[in-house]
Amino acid sequence: MATAIRAQGLRKRYGSEVTALDGLDLEVEEGTVMGLLGPNGAGKTTTVRVLTTLLRPDEGTAEVAGIDVLAEPQRLRRSIGVSGQYAAVDEHLTARENLDMVGRLYHLGRDRSRQRASDLLTRFDLDEAADRQVKGFSGGMRRRLDLAGALVAEPPVLFLDEPTTGLDPRGRAGMWDVIEDLVAGGTTLLLTTQYLEEADRLADRIAVIDHGRVIALGTADELKSQVGGERVEVVVAHAADLDRAAAQARTLGPAEPVLDRRDGRVTVPVDGGAQALVVLLRLLDQEGIEVSDVGLRRPTLDDVFMRLTGRPAEDAAPTAEEPETSESAATTEEVA
Amino acid sequence: MSAVAELATDTVTITQRNLKKILRVPDVLVFTLISPIMFVLLFAFVFGGAIGDQGGVGYREFLIAGIFAQTVVFGSTFTGFSLAEDLQKGIVDRFRSLPMSPGAVVFGRTLADVGINVLSLVVMALTGLLVGWRIRTSVLEAAAGFLVLLVFAYAISWVMAYVGLLVRTPEVVNNASFIVIFPLTFSANTFVPIETLPGPLRVFAEWNPVSSVTQAARELFGNTAPGAPEPEGWALQHPVLYTLLWAAVIVAVFAPLAVRQYQRAASR
Repeated sequence: MATAIRAQGLRKRYGSEVTALDGLDLEVEEGTVMGLLGPNGAGKTTTVRVLTTLLRPDEGTAEVAGIDVLAEPQRLRRSIGVSGQYAAVDEHLTARENLDMVGRLYHLGRDRSRQRASDLLTRFDLDEAADRQVKGFSGGMRRRLDLAGALVAEPPVLFLDEPTTGLDPRGRAGMWDVIEDLVAGGTTLLLTTQYLEEADRLADRIAVIDHGRVIALGTADELKSQVGGERVEVVVAHAADLDRAAAQARTLGPAEPVLDRRDGRVTVPVDGGAQALVVLLRLLDQEGIEVSDVGLRRPTLDDVFMRLTGRPAEDAAPTAEEPETSESAATTEEVA
Repeated sequence: MSAVAELATDTVTITQRNLKKILRVPDVLVFTLISPIMFVLLFAFVFGGAIGDQGGVGYREFLIAGIFAQTVVFGSTFTGFSLAEDLQKGIVDRFRSLPMSPGAVVFGRTLADVGINVLSLVVMALTGLLVGWRIRTSVLEAAAGFLVLLVFAYAISWVMAYVGLLVRTPEVVNNASFIVIFPLTFSANTFVPIETLPGPLRVFAEWNPVSSVTQAARELFGNTAPGAPEPEGWALQHPVLYTLLWAAVIVAVFAPLAVRQYQRAASR
């Protein structure tokens, strides 16, 4: 399989204080989805901006779709689509006019631009709103339109920067469906997200980034296994049974069960997965211990992040805040 | 497509987008149309009574070309304002990620804003006619007068484009340009005859291109008294040529600066 995106040693500093990228390496195979996972300020947006020609790195090289990003930015722009964190759509144009304009600026010609605009409006469920000005659109509609804009030229490589940040749960679910459809068509996708659940659902491989570099790489399952295997969790119905339940759990293997007395919960690491769960339930039943909840827990990506960085994913270090958007760049760096 | 053809087609696309926006954002349109009317009426009735004939013509007739010049120069501020606004809104990120000609965003902006100045000239001319201003030359000369005004304003809009992309905040563009444009358009022959100005200011006014564009319009509209003495200085003796030279130099300097600043401003 060919490599669709390759970045080596990307560095970008803002002033002397902020290092947005600190030697970032990344490779994405053609036709796969790479999830770039990290908290605010980790360098996700900066990575996307570099790979989409919007920002020149201080150091490093990058190749997308076989084209050198730094040497031939204009040629690369024909082969990529970008949808950013803040929908880059024109408020005062209609949805159709926005897409038509993008098509023309890709030099698709008048007829093809119109055709693509109307195909995409249908595909993204924007037919009804097609001829209304975007200023009346909901956040979800804007994002869909922005994503449609990224697809006008049917680019082989697509970049989505936090496509669901700020959307309500329904908007998020809708966006996920759209993205899954896209990927099924063979597009290579680089996706950034702060949501562990999102990376887990959409990405084939995940690069966890923090302070401008990749700190872990692998499939969701590989990352989770770094934290440790599965655990069986049982909540007893009567608190008095807790110690007896723990004694049964201890018989499953070498690992020591962990007790949570407040919730009446016993957690024990196991090897056998579902089979261990069945065995424990049978033992508890024989002992006449009533169970109110039971489950096989896999480590979440939250656990992964905690393990890798020593802090929860939501807790971004404020000193590492990068200018994530052109807006904040405008306010933090007034005049060049 | 060649680079020039690309620049041309992309500029058309961006110009269309900007013109649509101008028509759809009523506050811009209203401001564009109301403020020139206000200027014509205020100066005609407030100053018109106190100031008698100037250079052998009525003050209102003298005044109109000055107001035209001031208004179109102010109108070009909109170019900088809009570009700064586009930078803030993020649409520029979309443009920058497309294989379009980088100059098209700024060219398309300045061209669309000629539309604003055409509109305000039409409104001002009609208002002027109502308060007694007259064109006393041929249609062709009058058209040339409007054209000189538009060409000069177009050149100024490149300066504003550069300023807008440099400061990146629409409100700052407006305030900054006011501080520069207001004195520039008053230290000229726009509202009073240049002979009344004190020494150094008078020299400045004689070479101020706002004076020459005003003088050019006045002559081409026939708003100077027949047999009036020739103005002092080469600039005002050849106002059309002097104005066009300024316009050419301004565009030659500021168009490359603005395009380069656009690429810089967008790549942060």
